[in-house]
Amino acid sequence: MTELTSDTLAAYAGFQPAIAPPQPTRGARMVRLMLSQPLGTLGAIVLLIMVLAAIFAPYIAPYDPTAGDPGALYKPPSALYWLGTDAFGRDILSRLIFGARISLIVGFGASILGVVVGTAIGVTSGYFGGWYDSVAQRVMDAMLAFPMLLLALAMAAALGSSVHNVIIALAMPIVPRAARISRASTLVLKTTTFIEASRAIGCSNFRTIAQHILPNTFAPLLVIATAYLGLAIVQEAALDYLGAGIQEPQPSWGLMMSGSATSLALTAPWIVLFPGIAITLVVLASNLLGDAIRDVLDPKLQRTSL
Amino acid sequence: MFGYLAQRLATGFVTLFGVALIVFLVMRVIPGDAAVMMSGAGSGVVSQEELQQVRHQLGIDRPLVVQFADWATHVGKLDFGTSLRTGSPVIEDISRRFPYTLEIVVLSMIIAVGLGVPAGVLSAWLAGTWIDRILQTITIVGLAAPSFWIGLLIILGLVFFFHWSAPLFWRPIWVDPLASLSQLFWPSVAVGLRQLALIARMTRSIMREVLGEDYIRTARAKGLSERRVVFRHALWNGALPIITLIGFEIAALFGSLIITESVFSVPGLGQYVVQSILDRDYPAAQGIVLILAAIVVLGNLAVDLLYGLLDPRTRVQGGRA
Repeated sequence: MTELTSDTLAAYAGFQPAIAPPQPTRGARMVRLMLSQPLGTLGAIVLLIMVLAAIFAPYIAPYDPTAGDPGALYKPPSALYWLGTDAFGRDILSRLIFGARISLIVGFGASILGVVVGTAIGVTSGYFGGWYDSVAQRVMDAMLAFPMLLLALAMAAALGSSVHNVIIALAMPIVPRAARISRASTLVLKTTTFIEASRAIGCSNFRTIAQHILPNTFAPLLVIATAYLGLAIVQEAALDYLGAGIQEPQPSWGLMMSGSATSLALTAPWIVLFPGIAITLVVLASNLLGDAIRDVLDPKLQRTSL
Repeated sequence: MFGYLAQRLATGFVTLFGVALIVFLVMRVIPGDAAVMMSGAGSGVVSQEELQQVRHQLGIDRPLVVQFADWATHVGKLDFGTSLRTGSPVIEDISRRFPYTLEIVVLSMIIAVGLGVPAGVLSAWLAGTWIDRILQTITIVGLAAPSFWIGLLIILGLVFFFHWSAPLFWRPIWVDPLASLSQLFWPSVAVGLRQLALIARMTRSIMREVLGEDYIRTARAKGLSERRVVFRHALWNGALPIITLIGFEIAALFGSLIITESVFSVPGLGQYVVQSILDRDYPAAQGIVLILAAIVVLGNLAVDLLYGLLDPRTRVQGGRA
């Protein structure tokens, strides 16, 4: 929905006003938006840095993340190894930088996949109703009865461990939650006059859904996608920690912590410490960004249960 | 009320049937079937015939529909079959492990509610001050930190400062209450911290809203003490959404529980479900997953009913409000 500014009005009328009234440029509006949400901006910047670090990992990581130095096992943080080394003499910092790739790909992948599939189910079941709606809702209810990590764990075990299977496994618990929200907003939209109008002028069901319903469910869906981004990252780490996710020697944040904490406490606590800080940081950043997006798009929307 | 209850129970039953079906199908898809795992076929000494024999013994060579019907009728009689891993009936394994998990759930909820609600009230009452800011910062970081990492950090700290080691024998609460509580205290802290942060933040936002209401101004104008205004007038009215949140959080609690029990090697249901799934012990996995889901479904139902009890406005006549 475009704003009715004097510019757009002029465009509709087909002429340029002789003296344009002062309008904030797009950049200025962006700056104002960012200043009104300082925490969200901070979150976005941290996420952006993480994404850039993941993309350019081979150029910024000081060491090979999978090749260990047998002469440097359990080295504490030093000038040589900023965050220390692990049981195989591998540099923790390099593994964290490369691990950001897996974490972010799985996090974004799972939340986008879950929200897309959930929306497809929710919007169609809300729009068409009938027995299809009833069946879809019962299936979604059943999926909601599983604790999130449990459903993901069972799926990951069933599918086998690879990056794309972990993405599918983590998307599963997001599907019913996205479906419920998009179904609710579809039911509300269905009663509005513009949907009635679109049907009256003979739009096909597909066109009505794609052109009129989906764009209007976008705001709440963007909010839950960012809310589940952090959650998917935490659960990915949890699956890896339990041994059901990404396997060695790949550098995954969850896997990096999976040694015995009791024996590491006195020898090399940094092995457990730093991956957790990395997870906390990225989840915190995505939560802050998600909260800001929610505040901007829909102040009335309830916080999704995290 | 009775009609509503019957309807909700019926829906809950349908949901559980769906859960059973999903669990059954997922467990059957898992690569490397139980017969292969059991007979140690990885070594290559077991012939195909022997493997087939084990499958026949387990009854997993029958059509899926027959297997599901068989399983479902047994579950109806609370018979979940025999664990392939421990060799004892699944229901016995579960009842032996249940007390530990229940104790962690209760302890962690006490920690989360007992500290979260006061923290939230304090934060709302002092909104904008530095105390509020500090509490807000702690809780938002608490929400972001993975609970199993918190568990690992607790272990690091305990070992480092107290030379702690994982208990060899876990004491049930009825045998030695004090030892049991002290053994399960730290796992409960790890499970409860996230919930604490969430409850504190929710309580704060609910209380801020309530404290802005007109009747609070009236109460203050009447000259009531601040303590009476906050606790008697505001908290009492904000209690309902807080209770609802706590109820729904029980499901989320299971998520942290599953992994935290594995971190501390607590012999509870969480560790059992993880091991069963990873070892393809499907009678055990099916049984325990179904029970955990049933607890979630019944918990949500209980919250709904409690809501009706506490708030007369949402009480239903015959149908859903």
